[in-house]
Amino acid sequence: MWKFLLPFAAFVALVVLFAFGLNPNRDIHALPSPLIGKPAPEFALMDVMDASKVVSNATLKGQVYVLNVWGTWCFACRQEHEALLEIARQHVVPIIGLDYMDEREKAKQWLTQLGNPYNAVAFDTDGRTAIDWGVYGAPETYLVDTKGRVIFKFITPMTADVWQHEFLPRIAAARRDGA
Amino acid sequence: MIPRARTWPLGIALLLAALGALAQTESATRLDANGQLEDPTLQVRFERITKELRCLVCQNESIADSNVELASDLRRQVREMLIAGKSDDAIFKFMTDRYGEFVRFGPPLSAKTLLIWGAPFIALLLGVVIIYRVARNRSRMPLDE
Repeated sequence: MWKFLLPFAAFVALVVLFAFGLNPNRDIHALPSPLIGKPAPEFALMDVMDASKVVSNATLKGQVYVLNVWGTWCFACRQEHEALLEIARQHVVPIIGLDYMDEREKAKQWLTQLGNPYNAVAFDTDGRTAIDWGVYGAPETYLVDTKGRVIFKFITPMTADVWQHEFLPRIAAARRDGA
Repeated sequence: MIPRARTWPLGIALLLAALGALAQTESATRLDANGQLEDPTLQVRFERITKELRCLVCQNESIADSNVELASDLRRQVREMLIAGKSDDAIFKFMTDRYGEFVRFGPPLSAKTLLIWGAPFIALLLGVVIIYRVARNRSRMPLDE
């Protein structure tokens, strides 16, 4: 009995392991963010569009908002730009941009030419704010709730579909809880 | 007396501020021409810590080996924390708080990682059991037909 059961159990265990491990829909580069449920790291940085202004998330306390990390060097950010513009037109939540590893002039030019989906764009001069948020690429999109906690992180380009299915329900839930 | 007593905290604050400024200018000069930390013990710790931290862009490289910008930003962070007198644990905690435990090549022993750390011992135990059973069976076999 044991002679048959043991190899069979090992076989089943391997099938389960491979079903998870080799699932083609699983993004092997996606990492769970330790920031989820924790207070959003604060920042006060220069505004990309106007050097005399400061962009800070401290002023957004009590509001649900989106932080989108991007850069003009980032090919996938160009891909998601149309989707962001469309999302901005819906005026659901403020969208804050974090311009990462970039040159301010290039970023300004990008936003002027392609359209600006952001309520404000912070210029992360030396990557310190990105480190605080655990950014390891671009684009990355974070959702912060009314209590100032990060509740969701999405990597890879934003799409209308992702916005519809991943963000809108969470925004609605965050507003229900915060009210 | 009272106004005089009041000037004390201010004096101390000014002194601390001056010391702080001094410490800052000093820390700025603590890199030698090759960008290494002048203090050799700090440099040794720097090398060990950066080898232990994973570069999240090219996930099988350490931030010591990687050329990407994020790795160089993180090396700068480690260097600054070492100069500020932070412990190795504080530096690792800073990194895992932001990037998760995956940022460390050697995961710390915890309930979640128990299987990873325990697997070699389980395998060893399994081997011992198998060898024992095989040996016992053989010893029961007749030596000659």
